[in-house]
Amino acid sequence: MIKKSSNVLLEVIDIAKEFDVSKPWLNRVIERQERQILKAVDGVSFTINRGETLSLVGESGCGKSTVARLVCGLYKPSRGSIIFDSVNMADAGADEVQQLRKRFQMIFQDPYASLNPRWRVGKIIAEPLRVHKIATSNADVKQRVDKLLTQVGLSPLDAEKFPHEFSGGQRQRISIARALSSNPEFLVCDEPTSALDVSVQAQILNLMKDLQREFGLTYLFISHNLAVVSHISTRVGVMYLGRLVEVADTKRIFANPQHPYTQMLQSAIPDLKMTGKQRTPVAGEVPNPLTPPTGCAFHPRCPHAFERCKTERPNLIDYEDGGQVACHAVEEKRINIRVAA
Amino acid sequence: MTGALTSTVRRFLDSDIWYKFRRDPIVIVATIIGLILILSSAFAPLFAPHSPFDLKTLNLSDAFTPPAWIEAGKAQFLLGTDDQGRDVLSTIMYGSRASLVVGFAAVLLSMVVGITLGLISGYFGGALDAFIMRVADVQLSFPAILIALLISGVARVVIPNSQHDQVAIYVLIFAIAASGWVQYARTVRGSTLVERNKEYVQAARVIGRRPLAIMFAHVLPNVLGPVMVLATLHIGTAIITEATLSYLGVGMPATQPTLGTMIRIGGDFLLSGEWWILWFPGLALVVLVLSINIIGDWLRDALNPKLR
Repeated sequence: MIKKSSNVLLEVIDIAKEFDVSKPWLNRVIERQERQILKAVDGVSFTINRGETLSLVGESGCGKSTVARLVCGLYKPSRGSIIFDSVNMADAGADEVQQLRKRFQMIFQDPYASLNPRWRVGKIIAEPLRVHKIATSNADVKQRVDKLLTQVGLSPLDAEKFPHEFSGGQRQRISIARALSSNPEFLVCDEPTSALDVSVQAQILNLMKDLQREFGLTYLFISHNLAVVSHISTRVGVMYLGRLVEVADTKRIFANPQHPYTQMLQSAIPDLKMTGKQRTPVAGEVPNPLTPPTGCAFHPRCPHAFERCKTERPNLIDYEDGGQVACHAVEEKRINIRVAA
Repeated sequence: MTGALTSTVRRFLDSDIWYKFRRDPIVIVATIIGLILILSSAFAPLFAPHSPFDLKTLNLSDAFTPPAWIEAGKAQFLLGTDDQGRDVLSTIMYGSRASLVVGFAAVLLSMVVGITLGLISGYFGGALDAFIMRVADVQLSFPAILIALLISGVARVVIPNSQHDQVAIYVLIFAIAASGWVQYARTVRGSTLVERNKEYVQAARVIGRRPLAIMFAHVLPNVLGPVMVLATLHIGTAIITEATLSYLGVGMPATQPTLGTMIRIGGDFLLSGEWWILWFPGLALVVLVLSINIIGDWLRDALNPKLR
């Protein structure tokens, strides 16, 4: 696939988000402590083409949700830029941002918290319609809400109910209906299935795939569940401690992972065929992000680490099949590349 | 619209609150007594046997008539008369009217101010939050009655004498409201801090709603529960504060008697044997405030999910 610039919907260039988690000023002075800065996201770049699904995976606390929130504008990036359809979000005026917001929406992790408990479902779904003045007359709004409810597999009669009258999966359908109501092109999904039953997860994922096909949606999908990711994504980005370590097509990343961390994650997926086989266990724990290791953040857990990894931070380098890897060992071809089966 | 209304009514009849209400005889009695007092004062011109404000019907020779069941009493003055020949029962009805108006209006005003400041404080945080909360802390270190006394005292000096009687009720409402907003602001701020980080608020931000719209459309309905409990209890306090101020002579003028003014007048005659002038308004005040407080207390328990 040849990349055309017009084909890129979202481009994220070197974004970072730092949180000040230091104690209050007086405590710092008395206890003689420095300011503590948590680098939740530290220089992440990626592009998403129209109609594709980019998944970000990683362990808890690796900054994947923060990336989702940065893209949606819930957080202001400390550094870097987010370019949506060739408009830089940081330079855009308030009106322009409001116009852009219509075109991207977000689906949240917890379907029990993401719907206002005091609002009827019809009002929840209609909110984007009214805010963006897509539909103004009550009849028009009602007609659109009914259609959206049907599209996500609920009944138009459900518009009169309150969120607590629904199950988790149904609520997530309501969230999706709300996200779709302003006819967006781009959806940021922050672990939309992690709070759901496995059987319901599949329903929601299939619904999302169907909607993607029908409306040509582009997804940024955040998850820690590799099975879910392999089901829905076109490309996958693996994050570790606020940085991307590998980006590649879904097929390639599952068949032929390059980065040692990706390999570890992959071998940790439970699989019937793997029964009895030797696996590489994911050794050690994620380091404290307040004091990240020098050089490559993964080096304390990496079986291939050597001197250079402890001092020099690896950057994402393009790989022959269109993927990108940030690893000195891969760059120096010291890791035996496993050939796709 | 009617569908939504009937479903709201149905939801209310199915709700825990209604179920608990039906099973609590004390609250039912308190509600009935409270309603009787409120309705009889609201429709005082219909129910009251006399009009205490109509000077033509007042007769000084009726002054100090004891209650009807005492030998010297007259049947037309059921609870006796005061020093100016006003029927005590009628004056209580008219008087609790003023007390209730002041109580409800003061609570409403301090609710509006407190909720708004609490929402702003909790939602925006930062220096604005610190400023509002420090002001609240400072005010909280003074007793409410002192602040109300101060405000009505200042108003008395500032406002020309001829207008005192007309503005007295507004001054009183403002004074009581100004001393009560802190409770609301603190409660709302605390709940807002919790709600602000919930995903439905973030969803509204992604949709592109402005902070004020999020505060009032999304956060407010979700923080209103504790506020309603606070408000119910505050009505009782506000009525007492009004009575205290009127008793001290800085509240309502003598021409518009409230329960507080009646108690003050009655106090002058307590030792000379005309006990009914003080007793009955006092009793009305106690019963009114008690029934409101019982309802408020019950509401707090009924709405508290931890006690369910």
